[in-house]
Amino acid sequence: MSGIWVWLEQFQGQVPSVSWEALGVARRLAEAMAGPVTAVLLGHGVAARAEEAIAMGADMVRVAEHPDLADFRLEPYLAVLAPMVAEAQPQAVLLGGTARGRELVGGLAAELGTAALMDVIEVSVEDGRIMAVRPIYEGKLFARVTVERGPALLAIRGRAFPKPEPDPSRRGEVIAVPVDLEASGFPTEVLEWIPEAAGEIPLNEARIVVGGGRGVGGPEGFEPLRELARALGAALGATRAVVDAGWIPYKYQVGQTGKTISPDLYIACGISGAIQHLSGLRGVKVIVAINKDPEAPIFKVARYGVVDDLFKIVPALTAELRRRGLAKV
Amino acid sequence: MNIVVLVKQTPDTAANLTVDASGRVSWGDAPLIVNPWDEFAIEESLRLKEKFGGKVAAITMGPESAKEALKQAVAMGCDEAILLHDPAFEGSDAVVTATILAAAVRKLGAVDLVFMGKESVDGNSAQVPPALARRLGWPLLAYVGKIREVDPAGRSIVVERILEEGRQVVRAPLPAVLSAMQMNEPRYPSFMGIRKAARMAIPIWTAADLGLAPDQVGAAASAARWPAIFAPPKPEVRCEFIQGESPEEIARILVDRLLAEKVL
Ligand SMILES: Cc1cc2nc3c(=O)[nH]c(=O)nc-3n(C[C@H](O)[C@H](O)[C@H](O)COP(=O)(O)OP(=O)(O)OC[C@H]3O[C@@H](n4cnc5c(N)ncnc54)[C@H](O)[C@@H]3O)c2cc1C
Ligand SMILES: Nc1ncnc2c1ncn2[C@@H]1O[C@H](COP(=O)(O)O)[C@@H](O)[C@H]1O
Repeated sequence: MSGIWVWLEQFQGQVPSVSWEALGVARRLAEAMAGPVTAVLLGHGVAARAEEAIAMGADMVRVAEHPDLADFRLEPYLAVLAPMVAEAQPQAVLLGGTARGRELVGGLAAELGTAALMDVIEVSVEDGRIMAVRPIYEGKLFARVTVERGPALLAIRGRAFPKPEPDPSRRGEVIAVPVDLEASGFPTEVLEWIPEAAGEIPLNEARIVVGGGRGVGGPEGFEPLRELARALGAALGATRAVVDAGWIPYKYQVGQTGKTISPDLYIACGISGAIQHLSGLRGVKVIVAINKDPEAPIFKVARYGVVDDLFKIVPALTAELRRRGLAKV
Repeated sequence: MNIVVLVKQTPDTAANLTVDASGRVSWGDAPLIVNPWDEFAIEESLRLKEKFGGKVAAITMGPESAKEALKQAVAMGCDEAILLHDPAFEGSDAVVTATILAAAVRKLGAVDLVFMGKESVDGNSAQVPPALARRLGWPLLAYVGKIREVDPAGRSIVVERILEEGRQVVRAPLPAVLSAMQMNEPRYPSFMGIRKAARMAIPIWTAADLGLAPDQVGAAASAARWPAIFAPPKPEVRCEFIQGESPEEIARILVDRLLAEKVL
């Protein structure tokens, strides 16, 4: 058993930031355990990413290409990856804790008879063994976790670790892995793709998020928030109350039954700060709250607070960013 | 359509949690609830039953007290409930939990669909759905935001899966394993349902009933280890309230602060 593996997720040929973050963690683990880092790319027409993986820290890239791997589906992805891992027996397999990543790592754990550590925010090597820290109970508690039998499988929380800086002078080996898949063996079929987030910054990758709650008053009340988000290059978020009211689609919901976000800056506008909303904010560096009610619980977690009408403060903030040349648009 | 909905009993998400030196988590007198994600799965299962006929069976693995979660599922409209309970199950990790749940689904037989929550709000693992699908050898449709169509005769289902970049529309044959996002508004238990649940005798299946050997379940069979559970470090945040003569002045001060924090 040697070396650390990383699965590089790709969607339409693009690798999400969290996959590179996982590669950065793998590099660190590999150095502590004195083994190589192997990146694995599954897809169709993705070989071009291999060089990038080497620049980002991989020593070796295994590329498995097949038309059946073009769109992520758990079954063919597992059919390719599980035997590769079983044969090479790396010490650990890391990946980004996205929807696809969590499916794949959970399936791998079952196939390999090991365990997946989800949502990892810290990693260390102690006595040759990989130890991780992960939040549980919606972040109310942390657990130190490890895996008894190899390989350890780790799904990394987005934005919990730095993305490596590419080093174009790094050298590595690219290996094309032959793929033998019987098409009929995988009964699920991707019929269509609905790109809901086209042109938007994904909430889970955003450095800044502008969140809106019932205080925005109605669907059109999100307009000044959208404007501010555009100026900041930020993603838009929302509470369940406004999603349930039909003011904004579910994909924007942040919280326990919505998305989990970890931006540097969260600007909460007209949000009371219910525990189910706050549990979606993990590791946010700075929270700014704009709320008319000085008693709103959001101020208990905010670093900066403005007790005022959001319809006055939000546009003023956008204007101020523009005035100082800090606005993206 | 015969549907199994898998529910987990969890502490209320509003509960204040404490943890002692031995790592035991307590939630004071806060109630135990049905994992909120599982409520979406229950609701969707009931809607499918209402449309296509058949039965919905709720299954949980847990302590005797987890019967309360099953009773809520029955009160909402599920037809049957089964508790998987055996002292040997204690300490099972996600993969082993999936092994136990899969054995129960097989024992039940003639199941078209297993519906579960996207993840549990205590373990936050989202690992049981893919592991269960592998143990059953059925396709997994995880993170389902919408069921587009079901064809019980043609034995297929089309769903929209919510992924980071958008929605993936997928067709799968039945039987399949589905995990639910916030895809509906779960109904409240009905009066009739509550009465039915109160009277229902809930069968308990043990490892032996499921044909599982003691070394296939529990902590011994599990690969995950949890050496410590602790309260996360709580950075002291004191809110600085920004005041000013005008929104413009407030905005100016706020931008100054955010620049100093290096978060812009
Ligand atoms: C099982 C479960 C799961 C849940 N999951 C989630 C989840 O994922 N995400 C989530 O967000 N919630 C979730 N909730 C709901 C949560 O409990 C709260 O109800 C919700 O977050 C409240 O949303 P809000 O802050 O927009 O609304 P409110 O609580 O109504 O707050 C609105 C705030 O706006 C302020 N305001 C009004 N007008 C203005 C103005 N002009 N300018 C400035 N401020 C103004 C008010 O003072 C108030 O504080 C869940 C609840 C349950 C039970
Ligand atoms: N002990 C259990 N009994 C029944 N279902 C469970 C159990 N644990 C997990 N599940 C199901 O698996 C889903 C995901 O849980 P988890 O993988 O633990 O985050 C839950 O929403 C439940 O539907």
